[in-house]
Amino acid sequence: MSRRRHSDDSDAGQPHKRRRTSEPSEIEERLESLICRVGEKSNSSLESNLEGLAGVLEADLPNYKSKILRILCTVARLLPEKLTVYTTLVGLLNARNYNFGGEFVEAMIRQLKECLKVNMYNEAVHLVRFLSDLVNCHVIAAPSMVAMFENFVSVTQEEDVPQVSKRSVGSLGLFYNLSVPFVLGKELYEKKDAEMDRLLSQTESYLKRRQKIHVPMLQVWTADKPHPQEEYLDCLWSQIQKLKKDRWQERHILRPYLAFDSVLCEALQHNLPPFTPPPHTEDSVYPMPRVIFRMFDYTDDPEGPVMPGSHSVERFVIEENLHCIIKSHWKERKTCAAQLLSYPGNNKIPLNYHIVEVIFAELFQLPSPPHIEVMYTTLLIELCKLQPGSLPQVLAQATEMLYMRLDTMNTTCVDRFINWFSHHLSNFQFRWSWEDWSDCLTQDLEKPKPKFVREVLEKCMRLSYHQRIIDIVPASFSVLSPANPVCIYKYGDESNRSLPGYTVALCLTIAIKNKASNDEIFSILKDVPNPNQDDDDGEGFTFNPLKIEVFVQTLLHLAAKSFSHSFSALAKFHEVFKTLAESDEGKLHVLRVVYEVWKNHPQMIAVLVDKMIRTQIVDCAAVANWIFSSELAHDFTRFYIWEILHSTIRKMNKHVLKIHKELEETKARLARQHKRRDSDDDDDDDDRSTDREDGPLEEQIERLQEKVESAQSEQKNLFLVIFQRFIMLLTEHLVRCETGGIDVFTPWYKSCIERLQQIFLQHHQIIQQYMVTLENLLFTAELDHHILAVFQQFCALQA
Amino acid sequence: SAGLGGAAMSSGGTLSILRSDSYAELSQYRDQHFRGTRYDQERLLRKSCTLYVGNLSFYTTEEQIHELFGKSGDIKKVIMGLDKVKKTACGFCFVEYYARGDAENAMRYINGTRLDDRIIRTDWDAGFKEGRQYGRGRSGGQVRDEYRQDYDAGRGGYGKTVQ
Repeated sequence: MSRRRHSDDSDAGQPHKRRRTSEPSEIEERLESLICRVGEKSNSSLESNLEGLAGVLEADLPNYKSKILRILCTVARLLPEKLTVYTTLVGLLNARNYNFGGEFVEAMIRQLKECLKVNMYNEAVHLVRFLSDLVNCHVIAAPSMVAMFENFVSVTQEEDVPQVSKRSVGSLGLFYNLSVPFVLGKELYEKKDAEMDRLLSQTESYLKRRQKIHVPMLQVWTADKPHPQEEYLDCLWSQIQKLKKDRWQERHILRPYLAFDSVLCEALQHNLPPFTPPPHTEDSVYPMPRVIFRMFDYTDDPEGPVMPGSHSVERFVIEENLHCIIKSHWKERKTCAAQLLSYPGNNKIPLNYHIVEVIFAELFQLPSPPHIEVMYTTLLIELCKLQPGSLPQVLAQATEMLYMRLDTMNTTCVDRFINWFSHHLSNFQFRWSWEDWSDCLTQDLEKPKPKFVREVLEKCMRLSYHQRIIDIVPASFSVLSPANPVCIYKYGDESNRSLPGYTVALCLTIAIKNKASNDEIFSILKDVPNPNQDDDDGEGFTFNPLKIEVFVQTLLHLAAKSFSHSFSALAKFHEVFKTLAESDEGKLHVLRVVYEVWKNHPQMIAVLVDKMIRTQIVDCAAVANWIFSSELAHDFTRFYIWEILHSTIRKMNKHVLKIHKELEETKARLARQHKRRDSDDDDDDDDRSTDREDGPLEEQIERLQEKVESAQSEQKNLFLVIFQRFIMLLTEHLVRCETGGIDVFTPWYKSCIERLQQIFLQHHQIIQQYMVTLENLLFTAELDHHILAVFQQFCALQA
Repeated sequence: SAGLGGAAMSSGGTLSILRSDSYAELSQYRDQHFRGTRYDQERLLRKSCTLYVGNLSFYTTEEQIHELFGKSGDIKKVIMGLDKVKKTACGFCFVEYYARGDAENAMRYINGTRLDDRIIRTDWDAGFKEGRQYGRGRSGGQVRDEYRQDYDAGRGGYGKTVQ
């Protein structure tokens, strides 16, 4: 492999002077590029490319050793899908230069320690796997590697209480990830079988001891057929068992080092320095436990190559590598799609099925997908573009399968399925064989399948328009079609003349059309009688539901043309809104009226609620109370309601973070000010002047501190309100079922209990702060066990 | 979390191939009507939360735009592009987000996909200013619709010079 000098490049059209010699930074870039690209499609064989690269790097060691070390450590950590390519490269380098091999191992251990210290757990796993494969490349001596495993597994022995203890999970995860399948490659196992057996049996006893109450919370389906969704470690354990039964034979992974056996055999090995996992601290953060998502098996593609079984090492490796590719290239959708499709072994495995499965695994992952949802939609579209003859069919098959299993699919995952499918269809002229799904038409509309279709059609409408949706579905589906998103104005018709407030509404309409001011509006509204006669405290601004009704109905009706019109209306008459909605009842009533006017147009309701929160016409707690109110019971299980609630919670969370950040920044400014003063001439002892300097900043900090506390209190209150209302609603249902002797598990109940779970999962980091309050105040032992179970699962998840 | 994917460390580093983010980069286009230096313009573009969206159908509504672009984050404002004479939609708009990261995700995942069956294009915008919501073509619409030779049902049929 030749390395072209920079001046040899043809820089067409570039008038600048060509450099005669290459700059060090250019050489470093070139080194990085050479190392990163090895293993990609090439005219020469991988072995000859590796040999050539090893030669080039060896020659550069005198001048660029530290850079080469850094690059190799980085690819070990960030490109795990090419693990064996790089372990072979390191093996070759070690054979040529023993000292370099030693320095590399040391650098890797340093990097591993850093990763574990800053909770970069996934990357630590890649590093440990790399180190273990270096045993196969004769860089590291087997006994010192086994000693490292023993350190990891010993962590599980520390715990007496059988919990899901994350630290154990973490260490064990490390052990497993490396042992499947690399270390337990035949060679190592043959040499160190006694130690490995002991480690395996310790591991097995830990696995048996721990509880798994948290697992149901993370499963995409509640049913075990056709594919059980196993907890991550259980699945890995089964894979190891199978591998052991196969006598540690593994043929799927590319192992370039086998071709260099004669060279590598001669190399001297290094011992790993003793390594203990860092101790658990308050700040230690561990990744959430995982459940393995499977939707396909070999029966799903009878024509093509056989899909490796769920407990085979091949399956594990393929999935891990595909996940890694997405993690590497999530920002570059075209590259990501191309890299996924060029995964080696294309003709031996049903690659399209693996890709689709891995993408849905991420999209449906609980609590959250690793990347923003819309990325997966666009990635699948790119894949369809690159494989137009095969991928769309696999995707259609997957969609069909997901539809068939809706009855047991977790509500949060159904939400994501709805969003993905409707967005996907909007890119393909909404073409779909809806008749295939006619079975849902005969079911109760609250059942998962018809509900799904309804929500999909509503989302499709939002991306197009009402008539389009009517046109794309068969006539029989009209019962599931969304309502025409028109506004309902109760004072619209002459026939409504008798309604209280009708004349004021007319008056208001004329005034607003004539560009009346807020004051004029107030004076018109003064004439509206208050149905709550007793509450007049003389100040004139008590809660008057009729005033709110007349004003909000009329204004929203006049501004119905578009979102922008409505937003302008909210802004123009902000003062009126604030006054009318001053009390909690006022806020609730405003929301009720918004719903009455726009119940056909959920999207409009959502954007209005958003705007009203942001302009402080209503607060988050009011929105929460409104969602659980009896007026909304009819829409309670509709998707848009939960979008509004989660959006509201997110706004609250962002608000707290924002003020907190402001506080930290102001504190930092004060600290800098002090530092500047300290470093200045100390002769100036004028205390008064320093106080004066600090004064405004200190005041600001005090104010911000109060603001932060108040915001945090509001945030906590919001969650308490939500949990309280859930408990009330669910308890009511459970009591009614018990006394009536009916089955608890209605579609409504499933939806409701999963929505409660969703609150815990989506916002687990914040809710963690409230555990004590929740346990003592709300989720007490007296609660029905159905509801308590959700809380207990959540607690188990946090342990 | 996505942040773990490419962080630099003292004993390791990050790789330029993994830093690549071509969809979120500035394009070659610079608004000729921008008042200020090139440098000012690029500085604004690099911290902007506003996107220009083009190739919309004249019939695409604010609601549709809000739904689609809402998939990458919370939208602060949508401003529809209008024909200067007719004051009707003329096929472009501005979408402003609260956070730049959300705008970046729109550039990565919504740019180049379809809305109303049309491939739409997004680009960084230096920020909305009154007057910029109007088309700059002689007839009142966008410049591209002045000289267009093809027939586009979603954009008033043939180009204005052809008509």
